[in-house]
Amino acid sequence: MGKQEFTISIFSENHIGLLNQVTIILTRRQINIESITASESAVKGVHLLTMVVKTTPDMIRKVAKQFEKLVDVLKVFVHTSDEIIYQEIALYKVTTKGLMSGNIIDHVVRTFHARILEVSPEYMVIEKTGHKAEIADLLDQLEPYGVLQFVRSGRVSILAE
Amino acid sequence: MKKEKTVEEDRPQSNGQEQITGAEALLRCLVEEGVDTIFGYPGGAIMPVYDKLLDYEDKLRHILTRHEQGAAHAAQAYAMVTGKPGVCFATSGPGATNLITGIANAYLDSVPVIFITAQVVSSLIGSDAFQETDILGVSMPVTKWNCQAKKSEDIPAMVAKAFYLATTGRPGPVLIDITKDAQMENLSFKYKKCDYLRSYNPHIPLHTRAIESAAIMINHAEKPLILAGHGVLISGAVNELKKFAEKTGIPVAVTLLGLSSFPSGHRLFTGFLGMHGNYGPNLLTNEADLIIAIGMRFDDRVTGNLKKYAKQARIIHIEIDEAEINKNVQVDLEIHNDAKEVLQAMIPLVKQRSYDSWIREFRICDKTEYEKVIRSETKPEKGSIRMGEVIMNVSELTKGEAIIVTDVGQNQMSAARYYKFREPYSLVTSGGMGTMGFGLPASIGAKIGKPEKQVIAFIGDGGFQMTIQELGTILHYKIPVKIVILNNGFLGMVRQWQDMFYKKRYASTELVNPDFVKVAEGFGIPGKKVLKREELRRSLVTMLAAKGPYILDIHVDREGNVLPMVEPGASVSEVTLNYKS
Repeated sequence: MGKQEFTISIFSENHIGLLNQVTIILTRRQINIESITASESAVKGVHLLTMVVKTTPDMIRKVAKQFEKLVDVLKVFVHTSDEIIYQEIALYKVTTKGLMSGNIIDHVVRTFHARILEVSPEYMVIEKTGHKAEIADLLDQLEPYGVLQFVRSGRVSILAE
Repeated sequence: MKKEKTVEEDRPQSNGQEQITGAEALLRCLVEEGVDTIFGYPGGAIMPVYDKLLDYEDKLRHILTRHEQGAAHAAQAYAMVTGKPGVCFATSGPGATNLITGIANAYLDSVPVIFITAQVVSSLIGSDAFQETDILGVSMPVTKWNCQAKKSEDIPAMVAKAFYLATTGRPGPVLIDITKDAQMENLSFKYKKCDYLRSYNPHIPLHTRAIESAAIMINHAEKPLILAGHGVLISGAVNELKKFAEKTGIPVAVTLLGLSSFPSGHRLFTGFLGMHGNYGPNLLTNEADLIIAIGMRFDDRVTGNLKKYAKQARIIHIEIDEAEINKNVQVDLEIHNDAKEVLQAMIPLVKQRSYDSWIREFRICDKTEYEKVIRSETKPEKGSIRMGEVIMNVSELTKGEAIIVTDVGQNQMSAARYYKFREPYSLVTSGGMGTMGFGLPASIGAKIGKPEKQVIAFIGDGGFQMTIQELGTILHYKIPVKIVILNNGFLGMVRQWQDMFYKKRYASTELVNPDFVKVAEGFGIPGKKVLKREELRRSLVTMLAAKGPYILDIHVDREGNVLPMVEPGASVSEVTLNYKS
């Protein structure tokens, strides 16, 4: 069975060490975390951990049951990418000089639906929300103009239906 | 002993509630939970608790082992024979880390033990203080749950939660780490047992539809086989299993930890499964058309090569831990429930049947196994004493009614194979973890848990030396355990593998041993060395009749192999019966 991408959502009590317990299970199964996001969920007092991992469907079933078994975990959901609507957010710090000379700001904002968050004589900060591939695309486009910094968040997702 | 009891009236009161220290609160919580025995070892950080323990001697008996690992194993054995959770104390740092093997052992075998470790004062945590260890981090992968109390008022709720979690669902060890300042501060004490956590639901509603489907599958099976595991004992389903098997007429095989869940002499009993299990149940696992697995987890030592395991059979898996279902073996019907509840619901739904010709197949296998292995192992006429004949003699002399404790290796497999267990909860062994050194401290815990029972430990000469210091505990508390050292001068099981799979290259397996009888004598324990077959039976009788502890150092065949064997990588139907080195 081939590996594919899964988004795991773990709803839990907000207790110290929970993340450690989760990663112990992944480490034992030799599964790498592609991305991770932790925050309070829509329910007050319930924590949500969203992780993206690549593994086989068989393994993800076993691992999900092991997460569910953790005492502080309330509920675990596993989804393939086509079952969810998901986004990541990225910030790009690019030299103002480079961007101006390239004259591509318009292109960036329109084609990539990005936003300019901050402008200074030295740099501009661009924000882009989207899938990993689009974010990487924009990075490629900006690269020639001098990317000073680049950060990308983990995935947040919501169930399609 | 110098001690001053705290006078009740002197205690500070606030808001009408009693003010006590965290250390005393811990002890009061234990009393509330029905604890009367603690195994442990003191040290700097846990001194406030031990100091208070003197005032609770009438309610809480503390057994001072000679090493924390011993305390952990003893507490586990105590839990296994009594059905009550074991309790174990250790100090911070090395005290806590010395518990880890014992905690991991209890975790793999699903035994409820409450481990209390002390921690340095909270202001020093994280600073690499003297005897500070991140025991929460270290124990996390091998505990069902753990937590740290940095404030005295956290202690009662944490202890309540610990007992609830350790004993419900699939049981397991839990650990509470208590800082020294939390032990010393006062709190207003009140205790409420825990019976609910929103993130944890051990009481799963009965899957009645699945149980009905299972009954239909069972009623239509031609060659059904029950595989009973530790879960049968844990859920207290021994009577239900017997009723279920007798009504359906289905033969029963047990896992190592499932031994004693079904009487060995029963007409439906087919033996024990796995690498060194009996010939019939291993071989015929691959003949059965329906396997009913109850409270077991298809461990690799049971299944052998998974690719060739029971492919012809439909499998029903009754298991309380959902993560175990479809983990190793893909099953056809899962019943994620408590074994006892499922069997109770299923008994009225199944038909009265008998499978004479199917059971005859097991008996034919038994005969083959007897001819090829058992006869020469249990009734040899010449040569050195065999492990099997020692066990068989003990089994006969005790009528299968003793509690048997084993270490790990050939001694363990021989005990599992040749002792005829007649009573539930009468085997204490290290299954999943295979911890050498488990036997001696475990025998102490078992005897303290069941003082009225004869407790006999079968230990190899290797494992005995791993925790030999616990002879001091036996001396100290005059614990009348009977210790049988099956001495072959080798790390026997490793040597057997070297014999069979490493061209007989005996790398670091031969032992130079002390005179164990003399060692025991130093600890005030009488004993006898047994070298000849003629002395064996009489020596065993002497040992069993002894009032106090007793050691027999029995010199057995140096290069005896435990057979049959499902060799690594082999299928359960490819059992090796004959092996000549």
